[in-house]
Amino acid sequence: MTSSKLLPLSTEEHAAGNGLVSRRWLLRTGFPAAGAVGLSSGLVQAEELRVPDWSSSPGLDLTGYGQPSPFESEVVRPTLPLFPEGIGDGSGVSFTPLEKLAGTITPNGLFFERHHSGIPEIDPTAHQFAIHGLVERPLVFTVEALLRYPMVTKTCFIECAGNSLFNSFDEAQQRTAGEIHGLIGNAEWAGVSLAQLLDEAGVSPQGKWLVAEGADAAKMSRSIPIEKAMDGDAFIALYQNGERIRPEQGYPMRLVVPGWQGSMNVKWLRRIKVVSAPVYAKDETSKYTLLQKDGKSRQFTYEMGVKSVITSPSPGRELGAPGLYQISGLAWSGAGRITKVEVSADGGASWAEAMIPDQTSTRALTRFQLPWQWSGQSATLMSRATDEAGAVQPTREAWYEPYAANQLFHQNAIQVWAVSHDGGIRNVYV
Amino acid sequence: MSTSKFGSKLILAAVALTFAMPLHAQNLGQVVGEGDLANWDISIGRDGVGLPTGSGTSSEGSAIWSEQCSACHGENGKGGPAGDLVGGIGSLTSLEHNKTVGSFWPYSTTLFDYVRRAMPYYAPGSLSDDEVYSIVAYLLNQNEIITDDAIMDAESLPQVEMPNADGFISYWPVANQ
Repeated sequence: MTSSKLLPLSTEEHAAGNGLVSRRWLLRTGFPAAGAVGLSSGLVQAEELRVPDWSSSPGLDLTGYGQPSPFESEVVRPTLPLFPEGIGDGSGVSFTPLEKLAGTITPNGLFFERHHSGIPEIDPTAHQFAIHGLVERPLVFTVEALLRYPMVTKTCFIECAGNSLFNSFDEAQQRTAGEIHGLIGNAEWAGVSLAQLLDEAGVSPQGKWLVAEGADAAKMSRSIPIEKAMDGDAFIALYQNGERIRPEQGYPMRLVVPGWQGSMNVKWLRRIKVVSAPVYAKDETSKYTLLQKDGKSRQFTYEMGVKSVITSPSPGRELGAPGLYQISGLAWSGAGRITKVEVSADGGASWAEAMIPDQTSTRALTRFQLPWQWSGQSATLMSRATDEAGAVQPTREAWYEPYAANQLFHQNAIQVWAVSHDGGIRNVYV
Repeated sequence: MSTSKFGSKLILAAVALTFAMPLHAQNLGQVVGEGDLANWDISIGRDGVGLPTGSGTSSEGSAIWSEQCSACHGENGKGGPAGDLVGGIGSLTSLEHNKTVGSFWPYSTTLFDYVRRAMPYYAPGSLSDDEVYSIVAYLLNQNEIITDDAIMDAESLPQVEMPNADGFISYWPVANQ
């Protein structure tokens, strides 16, 4: 954007303090053209257009599986091993680079990872999936058999319960939006209804819980209330965004429990045991429980809370010259649809409602945007989402109120970005 | 499903082709005996259901610990790069809370379940059930929850009372405050 002289916003355009522009204006005019919103035009003359080399000779040959442009080679998942080298190799996380993506679907190769013992290299013809326990007929399925079932398709997010872990530190960490909040991905999943398979096995009346277990070396396991399956919600995903699930996402199959803690969406699913009570697995006692100040811990807090983050501008996506920018971000809730996202440019003193182009998606990433006329002065950007259950994203201070210091699970606090006069952006706590 | 029934179903299906197939019509799983699932059925219930035969003591566990566990979890379950498994009892309300097996884990059965399924990290499943009981006994003893000579087996392990057994509040189906 070229430098341009700023004029005051009209009453109609003004939505909140420090330059936020009304979403109604955005709705009416579509994407704003340069020079609108009280900006003087200041258009610059472009140079004569040249014919580049790639327009002068045939390009590359066909490929069996397409790859991103080499110019996009920096769009990758930042990785974070959780232990020193040689200790627990393969156990760690990689983050979806949220600030480098647009829209709402996470590309399969950039979908975050969390492994408890590396990625198993599973031959799908040798993989088996069993349903047993409190059932009339224990059953074992091949992948081939499951592929013959009617497919259910759902677009939903999967978010690690430890997402935003860097904001559990006492001091704000200078990391990108993806590194802080990128333990989430959003995909269209296709697979088989778990309720249908459970019906075929015949769940006994004593069967109240499911133990879902992976085929990885950790044999990661979680207890899941059977209601989540019997209401038709849970399913066994075989496809992600149209192609078979990637190895790091659970190939050849993973459980999907929309809206619930990521680790319950068990990857490399090999077994579901129907039981009468939770088994209190390591990852529902020692981990993924929320320690309070009083020493008690919240357990079985399945649903992921309402949350949002501004991905642009954000660290690594700094501002240039003062002028008109589009604030853009993602919002989501495990409870359902996002009904409202508010944006503040003055540290929460005033708020403007952002535009949500698609308000129909439920338990899925939802994009919001709002025009912002940046004056070139320091600003404090925040976004605050509300979901259809009426839950509102809390401040970090309010969120931490019941919890012990550094408690990191289920953090859905408002992210605050401090914009400095030179356009630099820092993660701050307020 | 018998052949004759299948034939009549085909006719019905042809007549009612435009109607959706009932959801239960697939039945592509193979029936498997619970005995044939034994190698996979490694989940241990809080009441001890699923615990195998075998037993172990802390002193037996001590030797296995040095060889198999201490590199990641520390010489006595403390100070290792994978975090403490011993100590921290009573620390949960302090700013320096230390969540260990002794201070945090509510049920001893979880320990057997997890060690057997996932440890040692580079060779899970390589320990015998006696060895797993021994390591469990060692960790419980280091945390001063059981005595030096206590024998851990399918009967005694579920009866071990963990210090933080009452430390959890269930939020399913609703917050149980």
